[in-house]
Amino acid sequence: MDKRETGEQILRISGTEIRKCMKCGKCSGRCPAYREMDIKPHQFVGYLIKGKTEKLLESEAIWHCLSCMACVERCPRGVAPQGVIEAVRTTVTRMQGKNGISAEDIPPIVDELIPQQLLVSAYRKYNK
Amino acid sequence: MRISYYPGCTLKTQAKDLDRYARVSAQVLGVEMDEIENWQCCGGVYNTSRDEIATKLSALRALEQAKRNGGKLLTLCSACHNVIKRVNDDAKNDENFCAKANAYLSFDEPYRGETQVIHYLEMLRDEIGFQKIAEKIVRPVKKKIAGYYGCLLLRPSKVMAFDNPENPSVLENFIEAIGGDPVRFPMRNECCGAYVSFKDKDLTAKRSRLVIESAESAGAEIVVTACPLCLYNLRKNGGGKIDVVYFTELLAEALGVKENG
Repeated sequence: MDKRETGEQILRISGTEIRKCMKCGKCSGRCPAYREMDIKPHQFVGYLIKGKTEKLLESEAIWHCLSCMACVERCPRGVAPQGVIEAVRTTVTRMQGKNGISAEDIPPIVDELIPQQLLVSAYRKYNK
Repeated sequence: MRISYYPGCTLKTQAKDLDRYARVSAQVLGVEMDEIENWQCCGGVYNTSRDEIATKLSALRALEQAKRNGGKLLTLCSACHNVIKRVNDDAKNDENFCAKANAYLSFDEPYRGETQVIHYLEMLRDEIGFQKIAEKIVRPVKKKIAGYYGCLLLRPSKVMAFDNPENPSVLENFIEAIGGDPVRFPMRNECCGAYVSFKDKDLTAKRSRLVIESAESAGAEIVVTACPLCLYNLRKNGGGKIDVVYFTELLAEALGVKENG
């Protein structure tokens, strides 16, 4: 896929109407991972509108999004910034060798009380 | 009342308390939880990407089984509830997903989102009623209790339709019903840091600490949750000042059946 096709694919699977965004920044203002993100939630929407697909694909922020849906719930225009972030993360992890974590990363993180839910959730979010 | 029940992977392993106290309490309240057969892990998280299909199939299998067994599916873990309810919404409203998933699963009759997914707290509120629960309390839990919702029960509210997403009340009403003093605190519907600990454990630690500090400064003596991951994160990073327990444990205690669990 070329850059334009990748951008179209991200837009299609994001499931949201990015052109409704009025750049108020409320999504980023309520994001619990804001400080940790190199590209902020409102910028994910803005970059997609402007076609800055490569920057999105190189983003570190896709590994920090908590999928807590606060941005989706609180957007006054019904846009889903999380949908864009998830679409980018899914597009990246579907590429060969681009998983966020590997099986070898898991054992050092596991302690006696770790819930299976955490292992499954993290693997689903970061791996394909 | 009999109801099809989906426990989920963690309730059979690390979160046995959440499950067993729910079962003994349900007996007292006249509910028989009918564990569905051969259920599979829900996947823990819902992927919002519109072309995602394979990761939603296990939820559909559970939903289809519940459709044939009473039409309701009871959930208890917040994550399972979130995933199953959202997949059910897709089956109902996303034609493309519904057609492809049904073509693959080939049930006797296509599944189109007919099952009603209800969380245990919704069952207490809507099917039994907090008034009736209050009448059955033998050992009131006389403590200042903070109800922690987190994200998964509430959001996205258009699909979850669980409670008011910014000012929920079901946990507080539950706490009142079991004889406790509910403590409303600002961070009760904010994220605990979830699965991000795998990539950035400091971020999860920071979010969990903020939740516990918020509950503590509001005067809470104990925090209740319905989510095994929230419980793990809050206990691990909360500094141990306030204990975090499953809401079902306090329910069983108040109903006088904790020893049976």
